[in-house]
Amino acid sequence: MLTVDQLQTPLIGPISFVLDGGSCATVSGPSGAGKSLLLRALSDLDDSSGTISLGGKTKEAHTAPEWRRKVAYVPAESGWWTDNVQDHFQDTPNLAQLLDTVGLPDALAWQVSRLSTGERQRLALVRALQLNPQVLLLDEPTSALDPVSVSAIETLLKSRISSGDAILLVTHDQDQPVRMNAVNYHMASGKLTLQETTRAAQ
Amino acid sequence: MNSYQVLSYWDLIAASLFLILNAVFSITLNLGLAKTLIVSALRMSVQLFLVGLILKAIFLSGSLIWTLLAAIIMVGFAGHEIWARQDRRLKGLWGPGLGAGVMLVCGSLITIYGLAGQIRPDPVWQPQYSLPLFGMILGNTMNGVSLGLDTLHTSIAKGKRDVEAQLLLGRSRWEATRPATRQALRAGFTPIINSMAATGVVSLPGLMSGQILSGVDPQQAVKYQLLIMFLIGGSTGLGVIGATFCSLWRLTDTRHRLRLDRLSGGST
Repeated sequence: MLTVDQLQTPLIGPISFVLDGGSCATVSGPSGAGKSLLLRALSDLDDSSGTISLGGKTKEAHTAPEWRRKVAYVPAESGWWTDNVQDHFQDTPNLAQLLDTVGLPDALAWQVSRLSTGERQRLALVRALQLNPQVLLLDEPTSALDPVSVSAIETLLKSRISSGDAILLVTHDQDQPVRMNAVNYHMASGKLTLQETTRAAQ
Repeated sequence: MNSYQVLSYWDLIAASLFLILNAVFSITLNLGLAKTLIVSALRMSVQLFLVGLILKAIFLSGSLIWTLLAAIIMVGFAGHEIWARQDRRLKGLWGPGLGAGVMLVCGSLITIYGLAGQIRPDPVWQPQYSLPLFGMILGNTMNGVSLGLDTLHTSIAKGKRDVEAQLLLGRSRWEATRPATRQALRAGFTPIINSMAATGVVSLPGLMSGQILSGVDPQQAVKYQLLIMFLIGGSTGLGVIGATFCSLWRLTDTRHRLRLDRLSGGST
């Protein structure tokens, strides 16, 4: 579904891979390897050369806002532009259910300043899921969560995958690729390589 | 108009007596202000005497070219001042160019409108009217524009994550930067709104005081002051809005990306 061919920016690449619908891929690697830069380029926040296409239609054939609604990126540290949590969510029918799934049913009434890092991560994921994207680019979505919340988020992500979405997940958790039944890539010095070991370990 | 009391240079020296006294206090109390106080007073004197000489020469020549040249030099200084007052600036020619460009467009537009429409001197560019009017409009617009741009650039540079969060939700560059835009416009409009609110109650404006001191009927002076304030308000508003949106246009691109690489780093 998401096809990346010779993606290159001044700092990373060239990178080529294919992410099928209904599948998950993880990217691991040392800090500074360019994992977040890859996600930024994929969501068109940073300029890049090469071609990225979704279901055969290139990134350039979409307007940037259209593209970002289909290929949704949730950064490791999310941005909040007003004081109230509620202002950051659209009023979609599935909102209450999504908040419930991530374990934060009452969060809409809260102030952004009193959110913990883990709460921000989960709320930023909900905000992105409201767009109904076809591809989710997640930068360490469970790094600040307790084991119960991690498994709730992974269940949520797996249900998205089984309904046909594709997920690209940056993680430092070595067991997450196995739990998510994912193709595992390793990233170092701006280059992406397939990790055969994880596949074999399954 | 010629009923004013003529001042001699001795009058000026006598008037500066209390300022000099302040300097003496500063030395005896060891405040360390004496030097700056005297230097800025001297600097002001030299600047104003020079301006007086130049204006007199331009008025005597009655030449359109000299009037335009003076106006262009004023725009240059105003543009430089806008540039200098920003902590983070647009890189390249955009930095000084944006401020000067906005000053040139808004300042000239409003000045020409006021001269041709309401004040109507003959000829319309007569330097006795056009240069002081242009100067007052430029000075106030410059304040608004520099405050607006400084606020915009600081809030976008510090709030990069917040702007990008909205971009990532599929919003346009204009929607995503709206919180920063509102802050910038508010900062740019505040001085002119404050000065309109306080005018006449807290202080008599300089132009009006000057006219009254030189023997003009107070009601006539009030009308002049209001005319100028309306023109200044119009120009400041146009300038702040124009500069803010031009800068936003430069700091984003057509793929709705934030382009902080086009902004220089700040000191904070």
